[in-house]
Amino acid sequence: MSAPTTLPTERPDQASPGGGTGEAPRGPEPSGTPRRTSPRAVLTRLVSRVLGAALVLLGAATVVFAVQTLLPGDRATLLLNLQTGEAIERTPEELAPINARFGFDDPVLVQYGSYVGGLLRGDLGTSFQQHEPVTQVIGGQILPTVQLALGALVLAWVLSLITVLATAGRRRWIAGLGSGLEAVAASLPHYWLGVILLVVLAVQAGWFPVMGGTDLAATVLPVLTLAIPLAGFLGQATRDELDRVLEQPFVLSARTRGMGDAAVRVRHALRHAVVPAVTLSGWALGSLLSGAVIAESVFSRPGLGQVLVTAVDSRDLPVVGGVVIFVALVYVVANLLVDLAYTVIDPRRRP
Amino acid sequence: MTTPGSTTTPSTAGPAGPATLTDRARAGFASARPPRLATLLSLAVLGFVAVAALAPGLLAPGDPTAIRLDQALQSPSATHLLGTDQSGRDLYTRVVHGARESLTIGLGATALAMALAVTLGVASGLGGRVTDRVIGGALEVAFAFPVMLLALLLVAVRGPSSATLVIAVGIGSAPGYARMVRGQVLAVRREPYVEAAAALGHPRHRVVLQHVLPNAVRPLLAIATLGVGQSIVWASGLAFLGMGVAPPSPEWGALLEAGRMYVTTAWWLEVVPGLAIVAVAVALTTLGRTLQQRLEGAPS
Repeated sequence: MSAPTTLPTERPDQASPGGGTGEAPRGPEPSGTPRRTSPRAVLTRLVSRVLGAALVLLGAATVVFAVQTLLPGDRATLLLNLQTGEAIERTPEELAPINARFGFDDPVLVQYGSYVGGLLRGDLGTSFQQHEPVTQVIGGQILPTVQLALGALVLAWVLSLITVLATAGRRRWIAGLGSGLEAVAASLPHYWLGVILLVVLAVQAGWFPVMGGTDLAATVLPVLTLAIPLAGFLGQATRDELDRVLEQPFVLSARTRGMGDAAVRVRHALRHAVVPAVTLSGWALGSLLSGAVIAESVFSRPGLGQVLVTAVDSRDLPVVGGVVIFVALVYVVANLLVDLAYTVIDPRRRP
Repeated sequence: MTTPGSTTTPSTAGPAGPATLTDRARAGFASARPPRLATLLSLAVLGFVAVAALAPGLLAPGDPTAIRLDQALQSPSATHLLGTDQSGRDLYTRVVHGARESLTIGLGATALAMALAVTLGVASGLGGRVTDRVIGGALEVAFAFPVMLLALLLVAVRGPSSATLVIAVGIGSAPGYARMVRGQVLAVRREPYVEAAAALGHPRHRVVLQHVLPNAVRPLLAIATLGVGQSIVWASGLAFLGMGVAPPSPEWGALLEAGRMYVTTAWWLEVVPGLAIVAVAVALTTLGRTLQQRLEGAPS
C-alpha cells in the first residue's frame, strides 16, 4: 500500500528516472511489449490495491480481537461490574447468562468468526456500558471529530505551502527562518500547544470560548492545535523537495524563458515538491484522529476522542476496539486515495 | 507526531522502498543543518536533566511531596521559582524530581522499540522471501494503528501504569524503526566489503554478525536518540489523558494531568511541565541530528 509502483506508461522513456521507488514495473504484460497499458492493467492494479487494503484491515481487526480476548481479565465480570457500577467478584451463576449471551465461553475461533462476520455486516459489537451498538455510539459523535480533522488538514496544508513558497530557496537567513519555524512547530506536543492557545487566546485575551462546544468559534483553537504541528511536518517534507526541484534543469529553462520567480515556483516547482507531503497526508489523517483525542480533551469538545477516553476509563472494550478499527479504516482508505492521487499529480505514474 | 524526531515516522509511512537511511538522512537534513550553538544548548539541557534524574537533591533540595496548604496555587515568585500547585507543593522541586521517571519511561520505550525493530528488521532483511513478506504484512497492519490509539487499547485492557506506557509506546513506535533496519540491512548486504568477506570464505553467521549487523545498526544510534524524545512526548500525552502514572507522582505527564483542572487559574501547572518535556524532546532531536551527520561522515 505504501510504495507507489511504477507502471508501464505511454512514455516509457520518462517512466524510469522519476519512478525511483526501486520496484520493478508490475503489470500483466511483459515489459517492452505494447506501449499503451490496457484497461486490464489498470483494473489489476486497482484490484490488487483494494485487496491489499482489505487484508490490512483484516489484520487490524484480528489484532483488536486478540487484544480483547486473549489478555487477562474476565469480560463477563467486567461487563457486569460496569453495568452495576461495582467492582466485585462474581459468582458463576451470575456470569453464566452473560457468557451465554455474548458467547464469551465459545471456542476462540468461533468468537473470532462471529467477530469478523459482524464487522463485515458493519456490526462492531455492543457497548458494555451504554447497551447500544458501538456503531451508534461512534456515529453519534463522529461529526465534530471529522470536522476537526479535516479542518486541521486543510489549514496545515495552507500554512505549510505559504511558508515554504515564501522562504524555500531564498537568501540563507530567510530559508533558515522558515525551516526553523517548521522545526519548532513540528516539535510542539498537541496537549501543550493546546493548553497555551487556551490560556493565551481564550482565558487571557478572551477571543474564544474557554469551554468548548462545536460551533465555529469553539472550533478555531482545536483546529489550530492540530494544524500547527502538522504544518511543520508537511513544510519540512515540501521544503526539502522544493529546494531540490528548484535546481533542476527545467526550472532553469523556465527562468531563461523569462518566467517570473513566483510563476516558476507555483507552476513548475510546486507540482513536484508536494509529492512527499501528499504521501504524508494519508498518514496525517490517521494521526490527526488520534491527535483529536487530545485536542478534544484540552478544549472539552465533544467527539470521538471523548468517547474513546471515557470508554478506556471504564474499560468498555467493544467501544475502544470499535474506535481503533474505525481509525484504521480511515487510515487505510486515506492511503488508498493518496496512492490514486499520485496519478493526478504526476502524469508519469498514470497508467 | 510531535517532535521533528518523527520525520522518521512519516518517511516510513511514505513510499518506503529500499531507500537507505543514508539517502533519507541526506534528503531530510541537508537543508536543516543545526548550528553548533544549538548542539551546545541541547547538551546543557540534557546535562541538567541527567543530573535531575540521577541526583535530584542536588538541584532541588526540598521535598517534592511536602504539602503546604497555606501556599496553594501561588504564581511563580522568588520563593517558589515556578509557582506551587493546589496543595502548595513547589513546582520546580516536583519537575526536577519527576525527571527520573519520565526519562526512564522514554528510555524504556525506545529500548523496547529498538529491540523489536532490530529483530524484525534483520529477520526481514536476511530471511527468505516468505519471512520478508510475512513481516512486511505485519508491519503494514501495525502502521494502521496510530501509536496513541494502540496505547489506549492496551491501557483499556491492562489498566494505566508506567509499565503499560512503556509497552504501548515501545510497540507502537517499533514498526517505523523495523522498516529502517530492513532497508539498512538490504543496503549493507550489497556493500563490497560484505561481498569481500563472503568471497574470502567467512562463514555466513560470521559475516552477518561482524559486518552486516554493526553497519546496519549503527545509524540507529542517532534514530534512537530522536526516539527517546518522541517517546517521552507520547507517554506524557497519554498521561495527560489520565492513562499514565497516578497523580501524586511528580512524573511530567502526571503533573500535566494534575494541572488540567487549574488551567484557567494557574497556567504554570500546565505550561512548566510541558516546557520541560518540549525542551528535552527538542534537545534530543537536535543532538540526534548532529549525531546522524557525524555517523554519516565517519567511514564504516
